[in-house]
Amino acid sequence: MKRLAGGVVPLGAAFLAFLLGALMIIALGASPADGLAAMFDGAFGTTDRIAATAVRATPLLLVGAGITIAFRASVINIGGEGQIIAGALLSTSVALAIPDTPRIALIPIVVLAGLIGGGIWGAIPGVLKAYASVNEILSTVMLNIVAIQLMNFLLRGPLIDPIEVGTSRIPQTQRLTDNAALPTLVEGSRLHLGVPIAIVAAIIVYLILFRTPFGFRLRAVGHNPDAARAAGISVEKNIVSALSLSGALSGLAGVILVFGSESLRLVTDGGSAGFTGSAGFNGIVTALFGGLHPLWTIPSSFLFGSLLTGATELQRELQIPNALAIALNGLIVLFVVSSDRVRGWLDTRLDRSMKARVEE
Amino acid sequence: MKNKKILKLLGALFAFTLLATACGSSSTDSAGESDGGSDGGSAEASTGLSVAVVAPSASDDVAFTQSMIDSLGRLGVSPQVTDGTFVVEEAAAAIRGFAEDGTDVVVAHGTQYGGSLEEIAPDFPETSFIWGTATDNRGLDNVFAYNPAADQGGYVMGLIAGNIVGGEDIGVVGPVEAGDAVAYINGFALGAEAAGSSTSIVYTGSFSDVALATTTAQAHVDNGVSALTGTSQSAVGAVNIASANELPWFGTQSNTEPWSEDFTVVSQVYHWDVVLAEMFALIEDGTLGGQAFELTLENEGLVLEYNDAFELDADVRAAADEAVAGIISGDIATQ
Amino acid sequence: MSEFFTVSVIFATLSTSIRFAVPYLFAALGETVGQRSGVLNLGVDGIMLLGGFGAYYAVLETDSHILGVIAGLAVGLLMGLVYGVVTVFLHAKQGISGIGIFLFGLGFSDLLFQELVGTPLPIRPLPRLDQLPAVGGIFEPLVELPVVGPLIFDHDLLTFLAFLLVPAVTWLLRKTTFGMNVRAVGENPQAADSLGVSVARTRFISILIGSTLAGLAGATLSMQLAIFQQNLTNGIGFIAVALVYFGAWQPRWVMAGALLYGIVTATRIRWQSLDIIPQGASDVAAMAPAVITILALVLLASRVRGPAALTRPFSRH
Repeated sequence: MKRLAGGVVPLGAAFLAFLLGALMIIALGASPADGLAAMFDGAFGTTDRIAATAVRATPLLLVGAGITIAFRASVINIGGEGQIIAGALLSTSVALAIPDTPRIALIPIVVLAGLIGGGIWGAIPGVLKAYASVNEILSTVMLNIVAIQLMNFLLRGPLIDPIEVGTSRIPQTQRLTDNAALPTLVEGSRLHLGVPIAIVAAIIVYLILFRTPFGFRLRAVGHNPDAARAAGISVEKNIVSALSLSGALSGLAGVILVFGSESLRLVTDGGSAGFTGSAGFNGIVTALFGGLHPLWTIPSSFLFGSLLTGATELQRELQIPNALAIALNGLIVLFVVSSDRVRGWLDTRLDRSMKARVEE
Repeated sequence: MKNKKILKLLGALFAFTLLATACGSSSTDSAGESDGGSDGGSAEASTGLSVAVVAPSASDDVAFTQSMIDSLGRLGVSPQVTDGTFVVEEAAAAIRGFAEDGTDVVVAHGTQYGGSLEEIAPDFPETSFIWGTATDNRGLDNVFAYNPAADQGGYVMGLIAGNIVGGEDIGVVGPVEAGDAVAYINGFALGAEAAGSSTSIVYTGSFSDVALATTTAQAHVDNGVSALTGTSQSAVGAVNIASANELPWFGTQSNTEPWSEDFTVVSQVYHWDVVLAEMFALIEDGTLGGQAFELTLENEGLVLEYNDAFELDADVRAAADEAVAGIISGDIATQ
Repeated sequence: MSEFFTVSVIFATLSTSIRFAVPYLFAALGETVGQRSGVLNLGVDGIMLLGGFGAYYAVLETDSHILGVIAGLAVGLLMGLVYGVVTVFLHAKQGISGIGIFLFGLGFSDLLFQELVGTPLPIRPLPRLDQLPAVGGIFEPLVELPVVGPLIFDHDLLTFLAFLLVPAVTWLLRKTTFGMNVRAVGENPQAADSLGVSVARTRFISILIGSTLAGLAGATLSMQLAIFQQNLTNGIGFIAVALVYFGAWQPRWVMAGALLYGIVTATRIRWQSLDIIPQGASDVAAMAPAVITILALVLLASRVRGPAALTRPFSRH
């Protein structure tokens, strides 16, 4: 009974959030059944769309897996946007520098560059928190701003497509070498290597967190820093590691966004969402809905990926702004984080009723 | 009437109440702004072609995207619209989606969509893609490119502005330094110079950041500019500053009179219908792309719409008309 | 460079800085009250967006700035109720609940804007002191004073309100029973509870104050800009949260932070318009406020201690 309540409550929370979403659709003058049908069609209607959903889920999964590491170590990383950009910038620069490297070598190299770029962007708030007591929430928000402006600067200057200089000056890189393009897995669809890379990454995160002494130490620090310190674990080092790893995974998401994109280039519209699609924030929602467990984050990311692709179709068919999906994400977060208490309350109620029955 | 307004207001205040009660009030809202969107089926154009538009900002942005929707409307076409897709990958998915659905013509209304289009267009050889703003079609047989010679109207408007302010400084609020914004602003600066005025140009680095555009315009005003202009959907912020300080405003892309009825002097409006009509004719004859089109003062794709509410000196107007003639004849260089 | 260092340009820049600081100040003062009671609200940006839309829509429909202010306050209050229930009564983690509020505000304000308004039409801008109906004439001589006129008096009423709130919040926290309760609950909720202070009620009210001010911050922003748009705040709410740490939870230092932020931003834009910052370096200059904030936090963080129970939910066990 208790275990059942544990699973039912978060699902119930999500159901409530979707119910509110349905109410919004009604308020916008459409039928929720049509809305649901359009969303389902948009997310799973054809093989191509399923592939598109998987591709949309990829950055969410990577950022989400990174978030599970950070949150398990009790650090809040809301610098996903900046870390994605840092990973994208470093890997793009590398691909531009060595375009003739054969594919078999270049793809691992850009992946590594992305991990390093994002890792550095995560390590900075880690070091600041561990050694200068700077709240990581604030430093990650600030570093998001720095990363966006760095991207704008690089794409308008040093990294701009040479063709654009004389013409329309779109802030974008040239088309990157095909050697770095993530190969397509199913001919004719958008499904590319980034999807399995992300799944493998999530599995590795699971193994690190739950099957290694390092992961144990991270979780110990997150659970009770004082006890961890007393047991001889360096809280500082683990905070830095957690944020670096978390950042590295977001950086990898940046790599996949660039090298798995249709246009195979990095382009900015002046903000971060134009490139990341707000994956840095939506990844948090994904991780949370996956119960901060790397493996559950996999189906969770697919669900949120389908919400995003579904919302595009919703807008196309029923003229309902896809901002609805963002609002829904927020509601899901609120309902899921609130459900812990409800679960606890249900547990005690269940305990009592069972006790009562036993006593009878 | 007033009661209804208050009701609607309360609806906005109490966001959640709105969810439950807005069924009644929103039915009027959604009917009022259906964007000409169809009910799921593909829209039939007067040309008989089905048309879809993918655009980075809202259909009614009084700027770039609206210029396209209005132009299609003038041709009697009510397209399917996916707007607000500033995320390039989302736009790419939407473009691909329309092509998969068998839409005859997909308008990719954003320079930044070009990279994606190079990948998508070859996959759908039966579909015609119309892409802009872009000066060439990147060698693709089923892509038409369109570009406004925004510098031409910009020049004339710069000249008018220069003549109005009589040698004083004019503030320019640009978005990202790219595309038609650069052409417009450079043309405007040349025109102002020809009238003996100088321009102070700031690019905010964002197409959408209204707050930044507002602050930038305010900085221009504090520096003592006597007129303002700007482009992109963020320009609405700069227009407000122009109105508040009673300075002449010069609009571009769409007619900005809805933003400032009193201080908009003239707007350079993109009449894409001029080139779209040609493209539709070609498509119906089986040519799906391979050409680039330009909006100019000569082909009347660029139209200077003067605001009747703003009293413009006859001399200034005459000089402007002369400049238009000069640009058309090639006597005046605007780049 | 010389162009900038004329008295009139410097004072005009300072005047802009003051106006620019107002939304930050409202939001950060509200967040200060919340954090002193031990509650971190990361959803400020989302509440600002909803409050900003509410105010914009109210003014658009009724042309009344007073109704705009009321709308902003009401939306803020409403969101405060939600956040309070979620964090105080349902004990949800604060950081993450705030992200939920932020995402909801970001999406829902955009949705409402697209459905109810669509075309971004300007509203009547907030009147300055001397433009106020009926009483404006009285203030005209003040505004026309040299130097202090444009600097201090050429502002709208909300600007004055924001700066008056600084001593008011200080007084609230230091001199009132409620303020003492707030600080007690923020430092040591167990002890406060044993002395008979209701932790839940104190925190709930603090959240309502903070959230209502966030709504007002959004309303001020959209009414000062006279427009609304998707993601109008562009992160102002997050920076406001940073300003609370920056200001070491003291209203007057929070105000200093907000002003500094206003000055840095206004100066950057001014220098760009005077070509002191070349076009190519504008992005680098735009990093400045964020970098300065990080550096300031590095210098301050180890010296200043925040409320001990910040982000810790409290339950009686």
